[in-house]
Amino acid sequence: MLYSEKVLDHFSNPRNVGEIEDADGIGEIGNAKCGDIMKMYLKIDNNIITDVKFKTFGCGAAVATSSMATELIKGKSIDDALKLTNQAVVEALDGLPAVKVHCSVLAEQAVRAALSDYYTRQGIDPLPIVGEIKEPEE
Amino acid sequence: MEKRFIYADNAATTAVSEEVLNAMLPYFREGYGNASSIYKLGRDAQKAVETAREKVAKALGAEPREIYFTSCGSEADNWAIKGTAELMAKKGKKHIITSVFEHHAVLHTTEYLEKHGYEVTYIPVSDKGLIDPEDIRKAIREDTALVTIMYANNEIGTIQPIEEIAAICHEKGVLFHTDAVQAVGHIDIDVHKQGIDMLSLSGHKIHAQKGIGALYIRKGITLPNFVHGGGQERGKRAGTENVPAIVGLGVAIEAATRDIAAKNAVITPRRNKLIDGMLKLPHTRLNGDRDKRLPGNLNISIEGIEGESLLLMLDLNGICASSGSACTSGSLDPSHVLLSIGLKHEIAHGSLRLSIEDTTTDEDVDYILEVIPNVVKRLREMSPVWEKIQKGEKYE
Repeated sequence: MLYSEKVLDHFSNPRNVGEIEDADGIGEIGNAKCGDIMKMYLKIDNNIITDVKFKTFGCGAAVATSSMATELIKGKSIDDALKLTNQAVVEALDGLPAVKVHCSVLAEQAVRAALSDYYTRQGIDPLPIVGEIKEPEE
Repeated sequence: MEKRFIYADNAATTAVSEEVLNAMLPYFREGYGNASSIYKLGRDAQKAVETAREKVAKALGAEPREIYFTSCGSEADNWAIKGTAELMAKKGKKHIITSVFEHHAVLHTTEYLEKHGYEVTYIPVSDKGLIDPEDIRKAIREDTALVTIMYANNEIGTIQPIEEIAAICHEKGVLFHTDAVQAVGHIDIDVHKQGIDMLSLSGHKIHAQKGIGALYIRKGITLPNFVHGGGQERGKRAGTENVPAIVGLGVAIEAATRDIAAKNAVITPRRNKLIDGMLKLPHTRLNGDRDKRLPGNLNISIEGIEGESLLLMLDLNGICASSGSACTSGSLDPSHVLLSIGLKHEIAHGSLRLSIEDTTTDEDVDYILEVIPNVVKRLREMSPVWEKIQKGEKYE
């Protein structure tokens, strides 16, 4: 398994690890059976993601993609966060081995799941804005 | 504590020993003759090959003419299984018995045969990773051609009741093959006394180079030729002999079997210290029977963390190890071995295998036991699964 230096860096020094106690949105994606679970916490103020934290159970790529995803959305608007694609996460990490690309999809979906939760808490139907959250296949 | 480099993955491969390398070196630049050539350079190569064959035979309690060199353990497994299948099909016997937790060199070979008209019975293993010989007896049929059961498991190190299985096979007139890649050099083996008909071994697990193995075939069993070509290996396995590798295997197996008991007396207490130390961590379990296992093998599951992350963290701390996690195999499922002993997927993902040797020191053991709890703590702190475990929630 050949990981890029950036993946190894984000794995060994993950950014934004932890929880936000008074989070405005929390998303969890994946399952332990498949070997990957990501949990994303968002603090949102005036449509801006002011803080983001994550917890991940999974391989090196799962940790690195979670870490990179949080970096890419921190301080950004919700609109920008919704535009985050797994491809952008892969590129920011200087690539991922083919068998690990699904981890970047999980990271993208974890962000969307947290935003979905945010809208639900606001009493707004998230589906038209965020779309369906794709759970990984078992 | 100062960072160390500890290679604790000897079940994956080993370094070529100095003794082996020194024995091999003359056969690259000076003694490079083709062992089939008539002149002295060729004859000397031939002699070196035959001396190595004698050493391998002696280590296994076999006769030299019962030893055939192959390119690896997988090739030996393929030859034994496909060869026996072809041989016995002529007598109308097209049924093979193996176990669910064999190495893929065996399992993928039997799966291939299933696609070609053979029937295969896969014997389950107990939660301790042991095969009940009576299950083999019950599975043997009139048309059973071969029973192939690994001597010791490559992941959890459990040692199978090989003699009992061999005795049952002989009572029923069925040939018995064992993949002993993990066992050779760690357990005393005597193929004649133990009633083993065929045995596969690999050089790089015992400090020879990669790319050399051997198959023992009891005399009187005439397997079909595996590689067609020249007359090498009594015409059974063509291809110019890899003289340096063969010489290295001879020296390696001689060294590995020189004093197995003394070596194990050093390894076992260190391995046990590792097991006891790691089981002190909450939510861990030892995989495989504690006593009937290879002396250097340790395999534990650590709940709440994933194996590949653990390996990467250990690597950052200078420790080389392996895991049965799906992520490390590049497939979606965790190790078939861990699933076969009843582990749930989510537990199997968090497994760790260490395989130590007599060169693994007490200081190495202490270092591993200092690093692992810290690494586990760090990974658990960032794990949503660990959060659930601590709250007593289900996390499947």
